[in-house]
Amino acid sequence: MRQIAIYGKGGIGKSTTTQNTVAALAEAGYKCMIVGCDPKADATRLILHKKAQATVMDMARERGSVEDLEIEEVLLEGFNSIKCAESGGPEPGVGCAGRGVITAINFLEENGAYTEDLDFVFYDVLGDVVCGGFAMPIREGKAKEIYIVTSGEMMAMYAANNIARGILKYAQSGGVRLGGLICNSRKVDREYELISALAEKLGTQMIHFIPRDNQVQRAELRRMTVLEYSPDHPQADEYRALAKKMAENKNLVIPTPLTMDELEQLLMEFGILEGEEVEA
Amino acid sequence: MSSVIEKTQQMIDEVLEVYPERTKNFRAKHVKPNDPTGECGSGCMVKSNVKSRPGVMTIRGCAYAGSKGVVWGPVKDVVHVSHGPVGCGQYSWWSRRNYYNGITGIDSFGTMHITSDFQERDIVFGGDKRLEQLCREIKELFPLAKGISIQSECPIGLIGDDIEAVAKKMTEQLGIPVVPVRCEGFRGVSQSLGHHIANDSIRDHILGRGDLEKSTPYDVALIGDYNIGGDAWATRKVLEEMGLRVIAHWTGDGTINELSITQKAKLNLIHCYRSMNYICRHMEETYGIPWVEYNFFGPTKIYQSIRKIASYFDDRIKEKAEALIEKYRPMMDRVIEQYRPRLEGKTVMLYVGGLRPRHIIGAYEDLGMEVIATGYEFGHSDDYKRTYPELKEGTVIYDDATPYELEEFTKRLRPDLVGSGIKEKYAYHKMGVPFRQMHSWDYSGPYHGFDGFPVFARDMDMTVNNPTWRLIRRKKFI
Repeated sequence: MRQIAIYGKGGIGKSTTTQNTVAALAEAGYKCMIVGCDPKADATRLILHKKAQATVMDMARERGSVEDLEIEEVLLEGFNSIKCAESGGPEPGVGCAGRGVITAINFLEENGAYTEDLDFVFYDVLGDVVCGGFAMPIREGKAKEIYIVTSGEMMAMYAANNIARGILKYAQSGGVRLGGLICNSRKVDREYELISALAEKLGTQMIHFIPRDNQVQRAELRRMTVLEYSPDHPQADEYRALAKKMAENKNLVIPTPLTMDELEQLLMEFGILEGEEVEA
Repeated sequence: MSSVIEKTQQMIDEVLEVYPERTKNFRAKHVKPNDPTGECGSGCMVKSNVKSRPGVMTIRGCAYAGSKGVVWGPVKDVVHVSHGPVGCGQYSWWSRRNYYNGITGIDSFGTMHITSDFQERDIVFGGDKRLEQLCREIKELFPLAKGISIQSECPIGLIGDDIEAVAKKMTEQLGIPVVPVRCEGFRGVSQSLGHHIANDSIRDHILGRGDLEKSTPYDVALIGDYNIGGDAWATRKVLEEMGLRVIAHWTGDGTINELSITQKAKLNLIHCYRSMNYICRHMEETYGIPWVEYNFFGPTKIYQSIRKIASYFDDRIKEKAEALIEKYRPMMDRVIEQYRPRLEGKTVMLYVGGLRPRHIIGAYEDLGMEVIATGYEFGHSDDYKRTYPELKEGTVIYDDATPYELEEFTKRLRPDLVGSGIKEKYAYHKMGVPFRQMHSWDYSGPYHGFDGFPVFARDMDMTVNNPTWRLIRRKKFI
């Protein structure tokens, strides 16, 4: 079983990319599970064709405690027999969502969600790793492999670099490795070159460049992955390509994060900072 | 540096020698020979109020202990809530023997305890709703409760629960003050910050909200007396006999009404400076109320303190003060006559909390005893400054002492009596050294005032001269 965590800046397309890629892996015959680690609980919507109502923490709140739950209630099956679970958690501004992630993952583990026949477990983690709870998927020998979704936009790259710093911390203590950057294109100038360069500086690879296509949006509106909605569309092939690369990926590294100066230097080189001070 | 100081310094160096280099250097700043004159300069200044070093087994408490256990806990007509997981509430379900008048569970709640008993879901989803429900239940269960204090445990601060909003809403809806206290245990280096936080919460939510109908020129507030074993009652008796009117107890046997009208006092009398100087300073700045430190341990200090307090008032009070002293002097002299011959020349080692390491020295001296080592768990530099002149040159003073240091100093100094807390008590019993708990008066008291001194003298005598000690082998230690 390979456990993989997907990180990246909020809104960069982690959940969409994860679900489409997992759909492609499942299509290729792999048994997969997605664990959503975000109180918004939208990491499995395209697989289940609905927003998961039965998240671990919501059910636990209803019943009184997590011990009162049965695994079947929160581990659902969707498109291509992909297993889905969501940690759930509080509304913004109250409580501790990080603790919710920890509780939920512990519950899944203790109740046998991680069955022998699974080939892949994907953790789709909330955009900003704000506290220890959101690092849970890469702690204690869970996900050993991390992919960062980014685009050529500056803040997405900042976030990617920050995440690499987090990985570095856990790489030294727990054996976590960076598998690569996934560029989810925003049609930024020279985006392919920019992210390739960033990947190189981080000591990793740009594992795939996903071009921007409105077909993703069309499928999402119908609560489906592209692979389900339009399996013959070229965009579906992009996700199949990414899935294949991930399945075959042996290039797992301890990242070498950049300093802020180095990162800005990189952006300068590719002409991003010119005339964009306002955004910064 | 005088030879006496040098000799003590040598002993301290010997004791600290076993530590690793960094710990040794750190601890050396916290253990010093006393220099009452100040001539020795910074070489004899005890460093204090910094984080304890890991591994030294400090006996300090946390901010929650300082607020819930010390300052707020004795306010008797308020229901105190340990807000958070059950452990802090369970293990602080006691009082420091802060006696109070009243019927527990009806109009007084000192020895009762309520906790919000946080579960995992409260951490994840926040505990605001539970807190609100709990406040309503308290109001229903205890309609005579005059207020609720919310004592935050660590997780409340970690998850950022907005207890202030709940407290505000409940204050409005329940018609009694609900006071949020941000005394999360991880804040600060000891219980000391908890005292400060608790003082501030009373200042912000209670003080000045009430009114005293009839005011007299002799109204005083008793600050920093927690009525341990009835101390505040003994103190109040003295003050009333002087012709003063005590309008508030902070906080032993105190009520929320008393806290709310203290701005009407003409003078604030502060006993435990460490835990309540904050509120005195505030009242001085805001209401212009002067404050005076006093010491009601042992007749010498009591006489001095009575005169010092009387000096703030007119001749009527001064005359009454003198008459009072003359009235009690024969009684005090009899106590000294009885016990001094049995205790003369005995030595004492102390290690206590906020005021006793210095305040109680005089009481021992009245009995002919000498304090040869003392120190504070959580004192600040102003406490130590007040301590130096009270002791002889070369007396050992330790800050945040470790069990190892206490044991070693005991071996070297061979005191006839050690006064500290429950955590030290049994170690000393095993060493065969006479020991008194000087936080709780070892379930005795009061020790304050004219009522207290005979009890104090009797307790010290029955401890020091207890024949039991001779039956305990002491060959190794002393």
